[in-house]
Amino acid sequence: MSEQNDPHHGGTGHDHAPNEQDVHDSLNHIVSPVVYITVGTLLLILTATTAAVSFIDLGVFNAVVALFIACLKASIVVLFFMHVKYSSKLTKLTIFSGLFTFAVLIALTLSDYMTRAWGRW
Amino acid sequence: MSDSTVTVTGAHAEHEHPPYQRHHFASMEQQVDTTSFAMWLFLLTEIMFFGGLFTAYLIFRNWYYPAFVEASHQLSIKEGTANTAVLIVSSFTMAMGVWCAETRRRGALVLCLCLTFILGLVFLGIKYDEYHEKYEKHHVPGLHYSLKSFTDPASDPEVHNAYPDDKPLMPDMARHTEIYFGLYFAMTGMHALHMIIGISILAFMIFRARAGAYTTGHVTFVNNFGLYWHFVDIIWIFLYPLLYLISRHA
Amino acid sequence: MSTDTIVRLPDQATARIPKVNFLSKENGLLSWLLTGDHKRIATLYLISITFFFAIGGALAGLIRLELLTPQSDLMAADTYNKVFSMHGIIMVFLFLVPSVPATLGNFLMPMMIGAKDLALPKINLLSWYLYIIAGGMIIYSMITGGVDTGWTFTVPLSTHYVNTNVITTGLAVFVAGFSSVFTGLNFIVTIHKMRAPGMTWFRLPLFVWSNYAASILMVLGTPVLAITLVLIVLERALGIGVFDPAKGGDPILFQHLFWFYSHPAVYIMILPGMGVISEVVSTFSRKRVFGYTAVAFSSVAIAVFAFFVWEHHMFIMGVSNYSTLVFSLLTMLVAVPSAIKIFNWSFTLYKGSITFETPMLYSFGFMGLFTIGGLTGVFLASTGTDIHLTETYFIVAHFHFVMVGGMLMAFLSGIHFWWPKWTGRMYPEKISQLAALITFIGFNLTFFPQFILGMLGMPRRYAAYPPEFQVLNVFSTAGATILGIGYLLPILYLTWSLKYGEIAGDNPWQATGLEWQTQSPPLTENFPEIPIVDHDAYDYEWLERKQKEVTSVG
Repeated sequence: MSEQNDPHHGGTGHDHAPNEQDVHDSLNHIVSPVVYITVGTLLLILTATTAAVSFIDLGVFNAVVALFIACLKASIVVLFFMHVKYSSKLTKLTIFSGLFTFAVLIALTLSDYMTRAWGRW
Repeated sequence: MSDSTVTVTGAHAEHEHPPYQRHHFASMEQQVDTTSFAMWLFLLTEIMFFGGLFTAYLIFRNWYYPAFVEASHQLSIKEGTANTAVLIVSSFTMAMGVWCAETRRRGALVLCLCLTFILGLVFLGIKYDEYHEKYEKHHVPGLHYSLKSFTDPASDPEVHNAYPDDKPLMPDMARHTEIYFGLYFAMTGMHALHMIIGISILAFMIFRARAGAYTTGHVTFVNNFGLYWHFVDIIWIFLYPLLYLISRHA
Repeated sequence: MSTDTIVRLPDQATARIPKVNFLSKENGLLSWLLTGDHKRIATLYLISITFFFAIGGALAGLIRLELLTPQSDLMAADTYNKVFSMHGIIMVFLFLVPSVPATLGNFLMPMMIGAKDLALPKINLLSWYLYIIAGGMIIYSMITGGVDTGWTFTVPLSTHYVNTNVITTGLAVFVAGFSSVFTGLNFIVTIHKMRAPGMTWFRLPLFVWSNYAASILMVLGTPVLAITLVLIVLERALGIGVFDPAKGGDPILFQHLFWFYSHPAVYIMILPGMGVISEVVSTFSRKRVFGYTAVAFSSVAIAVFAFFVWEHHMFIMGVSNYSTLVFSLLTMLVAVPSAIKIFNWSFTLYKGSITFETPMLYSFGFMGLFTIGGLTGVFLASTGTDIHLTETYFIVAHFHFVMVGGMLMAFLSGIHFWWPKWTGRMYPEKISQLAALITFIGFNLTFFPQFILGMLGMPRRYAAYPPEFQVLNVFSTAGATILGIGYLLPILYLTWSLKYGEIAGDNPWQATGLEWQTQSPPLTENFPEIPIVDHDAYDYEWLERKQKEVTSVG
């Protein structure tokens, strides 16, 4: 057992021996529970909202609003629960490439489905 | 007893590294960085995996909108919304669990993991109830699928009273409700499978957390599992409006 | 010392295989079955892949035997359907997709970047086990009747009209897919995170760039195949209706989802092979690869564009004409990065000191045959010609030119090139050059007539054909026999060389690249200490300076 002079001991103030080193995630950032509570509450509010809006007739915009709220919810889960806001560029690029590929799958498949009704030429 | 909380700063210390650092890594930082990136790549594959189902859903919903609307009325909005709330809270407890691991609160970590576990089970329980109801009403494709609720809505008083404006569908449009339910079971079933896998891993983690494995500085496992759990939550965040909220207005 | 070879071997009288190496480190079955060492896993893959290649090859032999005569006389049409289906499934999923990445990639990549192992050794082992499970399921499926839908599982045939082992085979391919996904995932993480100090992205060997691009395709594309197979299983077992026209489903949707993976799959198959060619062409012209940046970026460009072109497999299937315009144009574009590579390799050869050892012979074969195959792909990209040529033997010839004339030649080139590093022994040069020549002749005789057959209108996947096509078919079968000999010879002499081959030493080819600066076979941890990289790839001057420094042979 050795006690090391720890240059990384940042004071985050919690109940354990002072010469142990805290491990932070790869960008040395511990997200506080306050953020989590805020995000969680926001998610529940958005869920209630989307459920309520589905009872109102907005025609084609029902789908738009529902998907918009879903994307909003997903974004805050990704940014805060999954720490992407505090993550490296590589992580952000990785997520983007996945979403991009998914978008390509949908868009180019739709290029067939949406143009079928246009007739032969 | 050896002190497993000793960590080294820098890679120059030849063999004085934590016991949980693998030998092909030069430092703990590299190991954490690498395994986290690996988990993100795995989540990418999951995006594309579910992506195929979402594509199929998109096309058939556009083609058979009336069938999809009426079929979605067969799902209980109460149970769907409840499940969404359950998963959101479980994501919260999981995120708190990661925080507990990072700040070395062993008891709190175990509590958070247990709560996540229980909420996961609640989700599955509600799902089972929904599936069971679908089975009873003959809305499971391949198992004596019945079009009666759609060609003759009056025969299904529970749903008919909630949505009295639902017109009887012509048989050819009513047929398409089977595609809706096929996709419903495929998508929620695949999601539930991921939940089951997650809950199993949670059980293992609770055991290990009680032994203090994650509160000595090695939080990677909890962190990466957290990423997985949040991702499964995100899938549900999209499944919920697409399957339950197509059109509930009068 | 002869001037028409660059081979430099240690004095055979005193040379020995290093006592401590990854093969000798531990003994016993479990040390192999539970290994984390990427080189051992690569060896396991090499043996398994060769096994499945042999089965796939035997099925090809049966196909060619049947096609000797116009009638369906060797086997019933249904049986023939099963034979070509299993041939395709085994060759695509159990041979071509894993071939270079899982064998050469696994073996070399960590060494090429200066790492001790891949980032996730246990996942690497898991990949191999998934591959073996998939292989076992496919053998089981074959024994209990096989599938006859073609490797493309087209619906509604596969879901509603056949009673063969679609579900078993579909699930087997699902498992093989995840083997591939985990390999790709491992590679991407390793290349990003485990490079040695000084090994920047633009100092990486082009083999690493190619495998990186292929890995992106594996990770992003394969899951879509997986979910498509799940939907087939559900459609077949439960009749969910997504692909069933009677319930309003769309069979074309299956094809969109299937080809969304299966087109990038062909680039998964060819990109690592192109990486091999970069390494071999450079070494045997003693010159750095011309236009390194262009080759590196073209690999990534191929990976990106690969996702935009899948509908060219569906031009006649009932998709909208407007979408065929879009995809036709995009397909023409995807040919460009591949062509860039051919130009760059050609300019690498120009004014190089070229020698003709076996790996180089296979590489020459690749460059010529892949160019032909690739060009015929451009003919097929044009919707007008595709309408006539699709589902004929023209397509069969096209993909065999790129996959067999291209990929398989690249694989053999790589196996020969890195054989001394892997085993510590050289293969016998004369017989291997002969085998390469036999393969080249056999290949052209087998598949060139098939272009003509396709133009004349012979459909693919038919056991019987009009008698006027017989002559060309006989040529093709004759070629196949020669080709078979060409593939049998390496299996025999490479096995022979394990015991009787000359000792190779560290760097028989005097190649650049970190893998050549360490012993053959390598240590389990690859390097005694992690190298610090201070030079570009293919830096022959650095190699020359280093060789002058080293006064003793390891």
